[in-house]
Amino acid sequence: MKFALALFAPPHAPSSRRALRFAEAALAGGHEIVRVFFYQDSVQLASSLTVSAQDELDLPAAWRTFVQEHRLDGVVCIAAALRRGVLNGEEAQRYGRAGHNLDAPWELSGLGQLHEAAQEADRLICFGGD
Amino acid sequence: MAKSLLLICRRSPWSGPGAREALDVALAGGAFDLPISLLFLDDGVFQLKPAQQPAAVQQKDLTANLQALPLFGVEALYVARADLDSRGLSAEHLSLPATPVEDAHLAALLDQHDLVITL
Repeated sequence: MKFALALFAPPHAPSSRRALRFAEAALAGGHEIVRVFFYQDSVQLASSLTVSAQDELDLPAAWRTFVQEHRLDGVVCIAAALRRGVLNGEEAQRYGRAGHNLDAPWELSGLGQLHEAAQEADRLICFGGD
Repeated sequence: MAKSLLLICRRSPWSGPGAREALDVALAGGAFDLPISLLFLDDGVFQLKPAQQPAAVQQKDLTANLQALPLFGVEALYVARADLDSRGLSAEHLSLPATPVEDAHLAALLDQHDLVITL
């Protein structure tokens, strides 16, 4: 089955962890993930500046590794990201910001990518709230 | 044929960017000519309250985004009647015409759509 995943909650929300576990299980079960779309507070999962305590789960790093290893399409909503201080080099330059905190494998793009993935997949699975 | 999407809006208009971001999903989908319906639920019904004064909290008027929905082809608007009632709002006095839905019929509304997103 082809899944599209959409995340809405901040990195520390249980649903953001559950989304990763779901994605791992989906691939392990032989399913396909057409895209993982990060919207609202979940865009902070794509920030490379998050620092977790050594004995705590580093969910942004776990997501980055997962997306990289499986060559998934990890798309971060650009409008939601800009408003929350998550910028790639290009956007940092465009808006005259001193640094950036979003790199590969993440891609900044628009909400059309969420709709496209939802249309293409057999199931859209949303992870929001707590 | 494109899959239909029911977008459930549960955020009050000035509690953060949530309400605006939910409408943005609807407008983006409308721009792609996708069949999109909106259901205002819980505190989301406050988005439909007319004569808001967002300038008092240094916010932009969300009503403009709401009014843009029909222009983007998003015309199926629903509102949970029980949530209007419990907040002292009336379906006859909203900034956009939305069809009131009884609690007992909410599940059927969800069933009518291929996709559901709650924001």
